[in-house]
Amino acid sequence: MADVKQPGRLMVDRATKPLMPRYLKLRHDAGRDRWVLLAPERILTPDAIAVAVLKLCDGERTVDDIAANLAAEYSAPADVIAADVVELLQDLADKGYIKG
Amino acid sequence: MTEDLKIDGHVDAIAVDDEPTTGVSGSTEESDMLCAVAPVGLLAELTHRCPLQCPYCSNPVELESVKNELSTEEWCSVMRQAGKMGILQVHLSGGEPTARKDLEEIVKTAADAGLYTNLITAAVNVKRERLEKLQELGLDHVQVSVQDVNPAGADRIGAFKNALEKKLEFARWVTELGMPLTVNAPIHRHNIHNVPRYIDLAVDLGAQRIEIAHAQYYGWAFLNRAALIPTYEETIASIEYVEAARERLKGVLTIDMVVPDYYAKRPKPCMGGWGKGFMNITPAGKVLPCHAAESIPELQFDSVRDKKLLDIWMDSEAFNAFRGTEWMKEPCKSCAFKEVDYGGCRCQAMAITKDPRNTDPACSLSPYHTEMVKVAKSEAAKPATTFVYRNTRNAAQVGKAHDEPLVPAE
Repeated sequence: MADVKQPGRLMVDRATKPLMPRYLKLRHDAGRDRWVLLAPERILTPDAIAVAVLKLCDGERTVDDIAANLAAEYSAPADVIAADVVELLQDLADKGYIKG
Repeated sequence: MTEDLKIDGHVDAIAVDDEPTTGVSGSTEESDMLCAVAPVGLLAELTHRCPLQCPYCSNPVELESVKNELSTEEWCSVMRQAGKMGILQVHLSGGEPTARKDLEEIVKTAADAGLYTNLITAAVNVKRERLEKLQELGLDHVQVSVQDVNPAGADRIGAFKNALEKKLEFARWVTELGMPLTVNAPIHRHNIHNVPRYIDLAVDLGAQRIEIAHAQYYGWAFLNRAALIPTYEETIASIEYVEAARERLKGVLTIDMVVPDYYAKRPKPCMGGWGKGFMNITPAGKVLPCHAAESIPELQFDSVRDKKLLDIWMDSEAFNAFRGTEWMKEPCKSCAFKEVDYGGCRCQAMAITKDPRNTDPACSLSPYHTEMVKVAKSEAAKPATTFVYRNTRNAAQVGKAHDEPLVPAE
């Protein structure tokens, strides 16, 4: 991945306050018993961890806040989780699903 | 083209495009499960009325008349059934969907049914107040077609005066209202050199996404192929440009591309597999596995006027005709890619080879492939023919000439 900052591209770090845009809809898909993220002409199927992260992307919490939250819930080291969350959110941001 | 959207093992994506040439991606297991339950996407062609007359229109050549259109209540019932059976996204298209005065009620019912709603519009006759109202009622996403980036080209292709100006004004309203915008760029020999400008335009408009949608040669576009098909070299250059732009605009603009499969070695997994993740409803309520399926004469289609949507999906003859791989002949039958591309497009096999069970001639293993590519390249090398515009008058003319072979590839 070429990590070049282009105008308009969000570079996620631990201080970023990620926001899931209002036009994306995270819903439980009861018929198939899974979570889906409904986006323009896309349906994403996040796993349990991605769902937990996305639910916390409210534009107010930082990545560190999110990691701390998950660390408590999953009894895992916050630093390790923060690195994973940065990676996950950078990928989502590069596909247009997360704003800063 | 389906891209692998697996992100860090945490998110898979299923692409559902209104241009049903992009299929369903994701694990096979998951798609099989979906098939057993319901499609994820529904294309609702609310009407065939349209102010534009684009010669590559994806509507069938025989356009449906207003008097046969489903009523408001019939469309609303479709939306409620769709939500209940587990469909996730509805694409409200046409023709021009805003030609229906009851679009508001249909959008509201779809949104209330839990569907993610996408309006696919030519955007030449819509007032800002109407867009605001649609947003308020639950419209999630808007796709605006742009026939060319220069006004004269846009007017000529759509046969509508000052179309571009109106479209751009509308597109700006969409982003001003905070709604996600897709610019749909139908590409052919008259605008393929403008692909870079299209991408700049989408960024300038604040679009979330652009579809570089090379014309797919069925129906109207098939009739107009010699007027539309670009050369191989132009096509490759445009694809390379898009691939570089995609990397450059990561996180800024999503660029989806549908390429003309005449120049491909492998066919596209049309609809992500027949009857696997997608259904289409015509203005009169016929339920089709894809928007061009009526071009296959042997198929019988059920109507939402007579049957429940879920029953049609599960049991209708048209959906079961090419579901899975049982129907395949050689070379599909023993092909390692049969569960990847499903033998390509049944409608293209029909149009070119006259047998919908044949391998899509876009596949290099098809005995028709070489000839098809040769014809396409020779058409592209000659001066463009005159457009047969998509309108009811031409539809009637073409209808009369139906017995004559339209097929140049044998």
